[in-house]
Amino acid sequence: MIVEAGHYALTLALGLSLLQCAIPFWGARSNDPVLMGSAVPAAIGVAALVGFAFVALLIAYVTSDFTVLNVVENSHSAKPMIYKITGVWGNHEGSMLLWVLILALFGAMVAASRHLPVRLKTNALCVQAAITIAFLVFILFSSNPFTRVEPPPAEGQDLNPVLQDIGLAIHPPLLYFGYVGFSMTFALAMAALIDGRVDAVWARAARPWTLLAWSFLTLGISMGSYWAYYELGWGGFWFWDPVENASLMPWLAGTALLHSVVVMEKREALKVWTILLAILTFSLSLLGTFLVRSGVLTSVHAFAVDPARGVFILAILSIFIGGSLAVFAWRAPLLRGGGIFAPISREGALILNNLLLASACATVFLGTLYPLVLEAFTGEKISVGTPYYNLTFLPILLPLMLVLPLGQALAWKRGDLFAVVQRLGALLGVSIALALGLIAFTAGGPVLAPLAIGLGAFLLLSGAGEIWTRSHVRGRPVSVAFRRAVGLPRSAWGSALAHAGLGITVIGIAAQAWSSETITAARPGTQMSVGRHTARLDSVRPRTGPNYTEDVVTLSLWRDGRPMGTLETTKRLYPARNSPTTEAGILTRGFDQIYVSVGEIGTDGSVGLRLYDKPLVLLIWIGSLFMAAGGGLSLTDRRLRVGVPVRARGGVAAQAAPAGGAA
Amino acid sequence: MTRKGRRLTIIGTAGLVLAGALGLALNALRDTIVFFRSPSEVASKAVPPGTRFRLGGLVDTGSVKRGTDQLVEFKVGDGATSVPVRYKGLLPDLFREGQGVVTEGMMSPAGVFVADTVLARHDETYMPREVADALKAQGVWQGDAQQQSARR
Repeated sequence: MIVEAGHYALTLALGLSLLQCAIPFWGARSNDPVLMGSAVPAAIGVAALVGFAFVALLIAYVTSDFTVLNVVENSHSAKPMIYKITGVWGNHEGSMLLWVLILALFGAMVAASRHLPVRLKTNALCVQAAITIAFLVFILFSSNPFTRVEPPPAEGQDLNPVLQDIGLAIHPPLLYFGYVGFSMTFALAMAALIDGRVDAVWARAARPWTLLAWSFLTLGISMGSYWAYYELGWGGFWFWDPVENASLMPWLAGTALLHSVVVMEKREALKVWTILLAILTFSLSLLGTFLVRSGVLTSVHAFAVDPARGVFILAILSIFIGGSLAVFAWRAPLLRGGGIFAPISREGALILNNLLLASACATVFLGTLYPLVLEAFTGEKISVGTPYYNLTFLPILLPLMLVLPLGQALAWKRGDLFAVVQRLGALLGVSIALALGLIAFTAGGPVLAPLAIGLGAFLLLSGAGEIWTRSHVRGRPVSVAFRRAVGLPRSAWGSALAHAGLGITVIGIAAQAWSSETITAARPGTQMSVGRHTARLDSVRPRTGPNYTEDVVTLSLWRDGRPMGTLETTKRLYPARNSPTTEAGILTRGFDQIYVSVGEIGTDGSVGLRLYDKPLVLLIWIGSLFMAAGGGLSLTDRRLRVGVPVRARGGVAAQAAPAGGAA
Repeated sequence: MTRKGRRLTIIGTAGLVLAGALGLALNALRDTIVFFRSPSEVASKAVPPGTRFRLGGLVDTGSVKRGTDQLVEFKVGDGATSVPVRYKGLLPDLFREGQGVVTEGMMSPAGVFVADTVLARHDETYMPREVADALKAQGVWQGDAQQQSARR
């Protein structure tokens, strides 16, 4: 019964979305406040209905209702409860439902926000409803999760074992909040174009949504990366897999958008470009959804290959990207350029930031889509891998990171590059000394890695330096500087934190140049060395889990003769699908990790092992947590919450502007 | 600086950056792309040793030989012909005789494909698309039922 109710709620949500799209739009055209106001309850209603449908599917999973096809295909009564819950979105239909649920939640959040100009909010909710309609139609007509099966089987086929991991509870929801969050900036951009009004008020309205989506996307990508790192068993954290690229492209465009919105808010410049970026960012999110969900890619993310679905998503993609770009081409010439600035200025630096990020995004785009296009036209199958990105993506991002600290320190309108270089000179000196010291210390080792670590250190230090220069006054006690630092706008802290986080990630990635790998066959008692460590295979024992059996391989580790502890790596067999998985064993000490995954266990008792010594590897993800935290901190900035711009220069802390509800 | 001058500066910089990025990308594409070859194509086209490519097909039944120190030798075939492959390392969980596989590496002068990567697959019934197409070309494909996959 609840399953039919869920299906019915989805259909109802589609109907209500149609109303949410049409009536307020008409109201905005005829300036009727009542019709315009109807967008708010409609958006909240759609969210409630989709939420109900989602809960209905959740209940079907939790109670192992094997009359539902989706549950049969992706669940098993013996599966632990957490995976019954996460299994809801561990398949194509359920993940699309999660997608729409988050879309509807964002719509409801915009509807509930009291800080948006009424017309902007109304038009944005109309555009947002159009996206909801498209995806609800997609779900209802080609990916219905509520389809019944007759006769119902006694037992389900279980969830893909690779997905039976806590990562499935974390990575997809975060990623979708990011992907879908950019639909709000897209809707706001379209609304602004429809109304022909793009100004600082728009930028202030769009910035929180950009920050929110960006922070979630950062977390989603980074958690996905960590999941792949420990689950896939080959110790890599980024594979340049097309599906990873599909999430990286909106992140790069979103990062550019995040920065150009600031220019627009402060200086009313870059209007056309910012609107275009908002459209492109969400288009790339849609493209990502298409690439992942349509089955055009051979990847670990493709749930099912169904050409009809691919065509459907392609149609959605063309309508929204084509339509929005057409509206852009039609309305953009109406936008007037804003404040004048010198090339050497914060604005100039942010333009450079945007250029480099957009170029980096374009190279990823080319690398991801070129094989698909080539195959479609010539039938030739190629793959574009890490070497391509090392030759394109890195040379574009490195200068970006080098000029980042300078840009951050430049003044608006007209900056003094010489003074900035002088100010940052000490930090740059320390970083170069660090790099040179590392090169000398690791003589004969990699050369680029120490330089990259120096670059990371420069980013990290300049993040702290930015806070210092803004709060420190020569000749005043440290307590004053501390008080001023606390009083700095949250967005200043946020950007310093995020930039420092980027530095931390860069250090973590660069440090992998010193990681070492050992592949060997061992028996209980065998000793082997991996990097700076010695490992001994202790035992191989069978063990039984709730819905699997496994062979547990235990190892002890030493460093310089001192014991460091033991770790377990297991080879599991899930009988429901007769599929094996490998669970890597990871020993964390500080930021370093020792990573062991087990290969084949031979009949003669020999165990294939792959061991890695990975120095500072945790910094890669810790840095991304800093970035996301920086985004979150900026989000709490008072300026983003008040409806009217407040002039805040100098004694910011003294101004206690009334803060409204959550933005 | 005047509005016009500013615009010229921006456009000039943008042009430079974009041209640079395009140059990098085209250069990299020429040097780094890896082609996919089926065993029949390898046999008929004689890929020169030292060229990286991907070889995909079915692991011939009974061809897997395990040496010491994680060295594995097997044959990848597509029904018409087979290519011997040598790989040192851990094989993915779902590597089995008679199943689809994609390997990446180079031909040695002796005609053995020395692989440094054997692609991990995550479903027991999954068939890499390239392999499926190659098998179709050889006429040994047995329907699309096999292509249903349910992976992450």
